[in-house]
Amino acid sequence: MMMRMVLQRLGIGIATLFVVSVIVFVITSILPGDVADIILGQSATPETLAALRAELGMDQPWYIRYFSWLGNLASGDLGISKAGGASISSLIDSRIWNTLIMAGMVSLISIPISIVLGLWAAMHPGTRLDRIVTFGTLSTISVPEFFIATIMVLIFAVKLKWLPATLYLTGNENWSELLKAMAMPMITLVIVVSAQMIRMTRAGILNVMSSPYIEMAILKGVPRKRIILRHALYNAIGPIVNVIALNLAYLVSGVVIVETIFSYPGLAKLMIDGVQTRDLPLVQACAMIFCAVYVILILLADIASILSNPRLRHPK
Amino acid sequence: MEKEVLVEVKDLRISATSDEGVEIPIVKGVDFNIHKGEVVALIGESGSGKTTISLASLAYTKPGLHFAGGEVKLRGDDLLSMDPLKQRSIRGAKVAYLAQSAAATFNPALTIGEQVTESAVLHGILDQEAATKRAEELYEALELPDPQLIGNRYPHQVSGGQLQRLMAAMALCGKPDLMVLDEPTTALDVTTQIEVLKAFKKVIHEENSAAIYVTHDLAVVAQIADHIVVLYSGEVMEQGPADQIINRPQHAYTKRLMEAVRPKPIAGLGTDVGAEHNRDTDNLEVREVTAGYGGNVNGEPKIPILKDINVSVKNGHVVGVIGESGCGKSTLARVMAGMLPAARGDIILDGEKLEGSLQDRKLSELQKVQFVFQMADTALNPKQLIGNIIGRPLEFYHGLKGKEKHAKVSEILEMVELPPEFASRYPMELSGGQKQRINLARSLAATPEVLLCDEVTSALDSIVGANVIKLLTNLRDKTGVSFVFISHDLSTVASFADEIVVLYAGRVVEQGPTDEVLVPPFHPYTRLLISSVPEMRIGWLEDTMQKREMAVGISRGVEMTSVGCPFYNRCPMAMDGTCNTTIPPILKLNDGHEISCHLTLDQLNEVEADTRRTLDAAEA
Repeated sequence: MMMRMVLQRLGIGIATLFVVSVIVFVITSILPGDVADIILGQSATPETLAALRAELGMDQPWYIRYFSWLGNLASGDLGISKAGGASISSLIDSRIWNTLIMAGMVSLISIPISIVLGLWAAMHPGTRLDRIVTFGTLSTISVPEFFIATIMVLIFAVKLKWLPATLYLTGNENWSELLKAMAMPMITLVIVVSAQMIRMTRAGILNVMSSPYIEMAILKGVPRKRIILRHALYNAIGPIVNVIALNLAYLVSGVVIVETIFSYPGLAKLMIDGVQTRDLPLVQACAMIFCAVYVILILLADIASILSNPRLRHPK
Repeated sequence: MEKEVLVEVKDLRISATSDEGVEIPIVKGVDFNIHKGEVVALIGESGSGKTTISLASLAYTKPGLHFAGGEVKLRGDDLLSMDPLKQRSIRGAKVAYLAQSAAATFNPALTIGEQVTESAVLHGILDQEAATKRAEELYEALELPDPQLIGNRYPHQVSGGQLQRLMAAMALCGKPDLMVLDEPTTALDVTTQIEVLKAFKKVIHEENSAAIYVTHDLAVVAQIADHIVVLYSGEVMEQGPADQIINRPQHAYTKRLMEAVRPKPIAGLGTDVGAEHNRDTDNLEVREVTAGYGGNVNGEPKIPILKDINVSVKNGHVVGVIGESGCGKSTLARVMAGMLPAARGDIILDGEKLEGSLQDRKLSELQKVQFVFQMADTALNPKQLIGNIIGRPLEFYHGLKGKEKHAKVSEILEMVELPPEFASRYPMELSGGQKQRINLARSLAATPEVLLCDEVTSALDSIVGANVIKLLTNLRDKTGVSFVFISHDLSTVASFADEIVVLYAGRVVEQGPTDEVLVPPFHPYTRLLISSVPEMRIGWLEDTMQKREMAVGISRGVEMTSVGCPFYNRCPMAMDGTCNTTIPPILKLNDGHEISCHLTLDQLNEVEADTRRTLDAAEA
């Protein structure tokens, strides 16, 4: 039963990736101008264009092009960028680590903070701290992230001059320099993602707290801390894990604005650059990576909530 | 000899605070004592404050309520004025609570064993090992299967009746001085109720603990209580020893409660339909229906529920469908309504074959068959005014609008005996009984020919439930509508139905006119059901356990079988080699009365005579 559900989710995940690949391919194909146009640029003549297209395999019907693209993608060959003909894999390779380091650091800070604050607020609903947390998270959720980023720049870079406003990484920084450079985008992202996770943790726990079995635990004389950590948290894992997964996915793919504001050389920034220079193979590759990250994280969250459900873990 | 007083409740007052900050008294000065080893029953209809009072012995109030005065003393210490930490040390240790629905009070994510022993270990009464051992002893005493292993299971892995007994183990594990039992058998089938009552009684006696037993069911009270406190609107009407209250009630309210006790299911209680509506034609007919869930494979449902069902509802008749939970009663109604298309067989309305699925039925066909759901709370949209809830079918089926619709809504409200002003209220503002009337009114608004009522009185207490039945009877007489009345409560069905269909494990085991079904010969399953309906008589529980159908019939669940008689494993007369291999034939008796059994009529009659003799012997 459980195994079947997990396999089913896996199947749906793969199907989703497949559908997305079609969409990405089709959309980038209907955009005006193709790689041949871009490579030849001003010197293009109908003859050279045709020759180059034939050489690139672009005179083939669309479905053959699609499957050869998909096949290359699956085997790790992401194609050639128009910018100097560098392979896209090498372009992405340099950026993806920056993105992963940032996402990792932000998660390491924000997930524990969120769960602790969310639980704390749920344990003391209606108290001053709960209201401060609720007010704080609501305000950060309703304010766009570029606004938070701009305020950070204004305070820490312009007024206090503690941190650089934009960063330029050479790859030779030591840890403390790297941390200093990453501080502002990191803090911005921590604020943005924590707010959602805190709210969801609080709401998930409070939702469970109105169940009869919680009242029963109170009537059994179970201390409040144990009620929350043992009785309530176990039943709220599903929604909490899901919101964490969504936020992690956002950290990899959705941080375009933050990366742009701080000119942080991450994957999202690379994609934006690709769009600006009409480097379609690069855009396609980035889009597929983002989508894969989303699908994998949501899949993991789904599996986690299936595993946390005793009805599925221990069938009758 | 006067026993030691364990709990003293003195002038207990509990209030709610309204949104405007006004204090509304809920419990208005209640006094009673509980002696050691005594079971005190708090009885009254819903809203009498009985649960609120019982929770006070744990120094707890539901959210929104607070203690306004008085004392609850446990061995001389007032619980209400203790500091919260001390109150917590009482809960689960000195006083333990058992709730109405074990299914909701067990945490689905933790093992049964952890939850049963949690309180005893947390309060330091026993260490984990000793607590686990004690739990196993309790499982054994409560006659639960696999005492060594059941603790490792999760709540969803055991049956409802078992869970209810496991909750008793949870309460008893810490050896409390007082148990608070809040309607612990109300939600159960009669057969399960007996099983649970018997276990509770035994264990209370063996542990010599005192108990508060909260219920509205006097027949249950008569089996278990030593002392009875009758409550109405937060005040004590009358209290005294069980024998005195049951046999010689003084107060008018107590007498009224007694009258609302469901009568024994015997023949001759039903009313006849008025002559002008009584046409002997079939209104709705179910022919050879097989249905189930999970889709169909080769014309057979993957998870079969109903098997070869034949039922006919005559114009203006009430057909009662009875059986324990899991027998397929609701599934039958869902098939009739078209919510679940049958895998095989036909549904015929006024001689015309109906499409199996709702989507394919014509508007006029939909209008003629209406469904009334069990839980009015979930069936009524809380954000819609009553006027809109009733107005919607008027618009949908009859195209009524504006003033006309408005007038009709008032008329329908009047039909269910509610004032027309209710049209501008929300469901939340109504009591449970009123909501059930609205639920009914919504179906009536379609002017149906057949009303499918699924356990419509089961969630109501006896007085409110009896009023709803009276209303249904009036409606039938006035409009000639036919009813399919599904209930696990045989007494209600006996007082209301013209015909009874007894379902067991998805098969009709007996059906016929009420007055035929409720007199011998019985199908062995019908007999088990009838014997399980509690009577308001002290000592009934012990008497009924003497009967031979109880020995095998109780403590076993409903199991679907594909060969033989499904009742085989619970039947005292089962014949090995016949009953478990061959589908029983149908015995045709007087007046369309049918029994599906391998025994001959003579054998069934002989069983009857035999039981008489055993009972007479037990009495003598």
